[in-house]
Amino acid sequence: MAKRIDVSDLDIFYGSFKAVESVNMSIEPQSVTALIGPSGCGKSTFLRSLNRMHEVIPGASVAGKVVMDGQDLYGSDVDPVAVRRHVGMVFQRPNPFPTMSIYDNVAAGVRLNSGRMRKATLDELVESSLRGANLWEEVKDRLGRPGSSLSGGQQQRLCIARAIAIKPEVLLMDEPCSALDPISTLAIEDLIYQLKSDFTIVIVTHNMQQAARVSDRTGFFNIEGTGKPGRLIEMDATQRIFSNPSVKATEDYITGRFG
Amino acid sequence: MTSTTVTPPDRKRVQNSLTSGMLPRWVPPAIVAGILAVGLAAGLLFDVNLMLAAAFAVVGVGLVLTVVSRQVEGARRAKDRLVTVVVTSAFVLALLPLVSLLITVVQNGIERFDGEFLTQTMRGVLGEGGGAYHAIVGTLLITAAAAVISVPIGIMCAVYLVEYGRGRLARAVTLLVDVMTGIPSIVAGLFAFAMFAIFFGPSVRFGIGGAVALSVLMVPVVVRSSEEMLKLVPNELREASYALGVSKSRTVVKVVLRTAAAGIATGVTLAVARVIGETAPLLIIAGSTTRLNADLFEGRMSSLPIFTYYSYTIPGVPPEFGVDRAWAAALTLFVIVMLLNLVARAISRYFSLNSR
Amino acid sequence: MTTPATARSGAPLPGGQPASAWTGSRRRTGDRIFSGTATASGVLILVTLAAVAAFLLYEGYPALIADAEDLPGDKSFFAYVAPLLYGTVLAAVIALLVAFPLSIGIALFISHFAPRKIAAFFGYLVDLLAAVPSVVYGLWGIFFLAPNLVPVYQWLEDVLGFIPFFAGPTSATGRTMLTAGLVLAVMILPIMTAVNREVFLQTPRLLEEASLALGATRWEMIRQTVLPFGKSGIVSGGMLGLGRALGETLAVALVLSPADVITGNLISSVNSNTIAANIALDFPESSGLAVNALIASGLVLFALTFLVNYVARAVIARRREFSGANA
Repeated sequence: MAKRIDVSDLDIFYGSFKAVESVNMSIEPQSVTALIGPSGCGKSTFLRSLNRMHEVIPGASVAGKVVMDGQDLYGSDVDPVAVRRHVGMVFQRPNPFPTMSIYDNVAAGVRLNSGRMRKATLDELVESSLRGANLWEEVKDRLGRPGSSLSGGQQQRLCIARAIAIKPEVLLMDEPCSALDPISTLAIEDLIYQLKSDFTIVIVTHNMQQAARVSDRTGFFNIEGTGKPGRLIEMDATQRIFSNPSVKATEDYITGRFG
Repeated sequence: MTSTTVTPPDRKRVQNSLTSGMLPRWVPPAIVAGILAVGLAAGLLFDVNLMLAAAFAVVGVGLVLTVVSRQVEGARRAKDRLVTVVVTSAFVLALLPLVSLLITVVQNGIERFDGEFLTQTMRGVLGEGGGAYHAIVGTLLITAAAAVISVPIGIMCAVYLVEYGRGRLARAVTLLVDVMTGIPSIVAGLFAFAMFAIFFGPSVRFGIGGAVALSVLMVPVVVRSSEEMLKLVPNELREASYALGVSKSRTVVKVVLRTAAAGIATGVTLAVARVIGETAPLLIIAGSTTRLNADLFEGRMSSLPIFTYYSYTIPGVPPEFGVDRAWAAALTLFVIVMLLNLVARAISRYFSLNSR
Repeated sequence: MTTPATARSGAPLPGGQPASAWTGSRRRTGDRIFSGTATASGVLILVTLAAVAAFLLYEGYPALIADAEDLPGDKSFFAYVAPLLYGTVLAAVIALLVAFPLSIGIALFISHFAPRKIAAFFGYLVDLLAAVPSVVYGLWGIFFLAPNLVPVYQWLEDVLGFIPFFAGPTSATGRTMLTAGLVLAVMILPIMTAVNREVFLQTPRLLEEASLALGATRWEMIRQTVLPFGKSGIVSGGMLGLGRALGETLAVALVLSPADVITGNLISSVNSNTIAANIALDFPESSGLAVNALIASGLVLFALTFLVNYVARAVIARRREFSGANA
């Protein structure tokens, strides 16, 4: 299921402001790719351009190519809504739908798209998704309770279950643990490790230990100064980035000299 | 060390630089109570007009408190005390009409607020008896029709403003919705009359015309309250839905509107409560009748506010029965409006508890 | 068209799909219809306002051009509407003069003086005043307020009779311009209080605390920060109240005992009528050109209230943008 993504010469704009400049990147299938860098360097913006969530913001636009499975996501006849069914996303703060139960949250992707599904099939999908998100055992007795009744870490895993229930090929995670306590963070990291056998995972993180723990490859973004666009400085195997980066700025960042 | 063993009563008398020059806390209430007692006694003994006595009491409290405070605390604190008295009495003054309204309406209306009043029409009734059944039905029908027209338009307009609107058009709509809330109700009635008179001639009177007029008044209220509720829906939920590959229209309907549903329902209920008591537009376009008319599209249709108005202005012979009916109708209207307000509060409370 | 779409949503297995699954023209159509409907609803607001003006003009026009002898009272439309316009403005100005300071006081009480816990409840009480139907206000005005005000008017005539406003003779029923103005004042209190309360609560806490930290008393703090900050809000709230008072119909129609005059006397039984009350009183019994004249007077009222409300809202909107830019 997992797919490879090739990004070439990608520029990302907010109105006339260029936020990210000429990114070239290959994201390997069935692996975890971490994006790190100081605040405001454009890593989250870049992540959101991978499933065309970027253009939800008024005035935002993109130039360049993001090719997945031989198809340019920004091709003229491509529906951004369809893209997002192939490339799922988990956000910084857990955002379960407050009016829906745990069950309905997981089924939301199917139901909101007006897909009719037999009750038994839907039950199965909900269970497998919750199992996939390591949440089934904790919630199986209270699937009818509101999603917001769960703890922060559980809510985030619920959001992951919701994202994988529509069976995307790629899963984007935008600092998924930054609002969580260390124990919940650990649970999510374990989950990421399991999920990579089925999905291509791209994760943005502020936490370099986390990048080192969970990812196979790491990309480092940086900006020269405020008002300048962010760039991909270096991308390599995680081990290499953290032990022997080829660019000075990367080394400075991961050793905590700035950012 | 011995000086620390001061007994509590003594400590009170020890002057502290932070409390020196302050009036003790019991003084202001004592002054208020004292003057009220004097005023009440004077009112009871000398048969003074109660309103006048109250006015003098307020002025008295302000004066005495300011003078005392000026002596003890200085001019600045005295002014502060005076303002407190003024501001508080402004609030109490605003409550007086509310209390007096309640008392007057209940006292005068309870007399005829009975089973006959709620179940009989005025058909063939000249003096005693009769009821407002036809007017209650008319009010409910016209208001329901107005809600059916206004709620979809109002909610969709709010959706436009929050989810789609950009630039000049959106700014113009926002401003004019606000301006529209200020349209006099009689003008709304004239508008409906002027429009329908073109097609049906100058003697046009029917319920649906009243509903159209009420809609002109109701739409902006629904837009405003729905807009506020839609703005409260966190953007994260919209993004969560988009990220599941859900289209914008479905996101708006199934996530945004659904999350805001309770708030919107509250706003709609309050909007209904606001227009259900409107009299002027119905006077123009719905007219009045003594019999039951349940057809919105044909013929004059009575309503509670109009019933109240005509029962008072054309009470019949002898007049006291008509006036009693007017008060009973006013009470009925008042009860309906209060019930709607309570329902609105209940909706918002019930759902805010549920979604937590 | 529909087959691949239903297949996809029915069984979400995107892996084995052709590239065409990435495009979704059907879905885009649904989006376009929905956003089109929403936009149309917004535009409908503009259309309605234009239609109100257009229909009133259409039906009122015959009265504007008619000869004087064909119109009620045998005078030209402008001579007909002038005393009504005067009465409308007079009643509204009385209401504003009474309600304006009161609403500031009430709003300050709720925002800065009342105990935090019950302030919201107090606000709700004031809002309840807005829920009372105007016909109920009318009855209350006739039965309770007017008779109770007669001794006050008598006193005003005796003591302040040298002022033309209070020249008298005092109306025996109390159904005077001043009573109408007072009822209107009660009716416009809630909206003015609501606007004032909102702007007072928006005063930046830092400003307030800076003032208090310099040793200001509560009133000094309010005078230095809350009132200057809320100035434009207070003004526009007052204009909104004025707009309401200009257009209020039934309460005035019931309370006022009208005559076709222009007078400054506020406590006698001879009073100028207001446009709205005049329409309510005359419309049911009118026919022919008299109806056109009433509609034309409604157009005048619409223009007046539109102007007042427009200015008030434009001031609020500018203020909102201004404070938004600072936030």
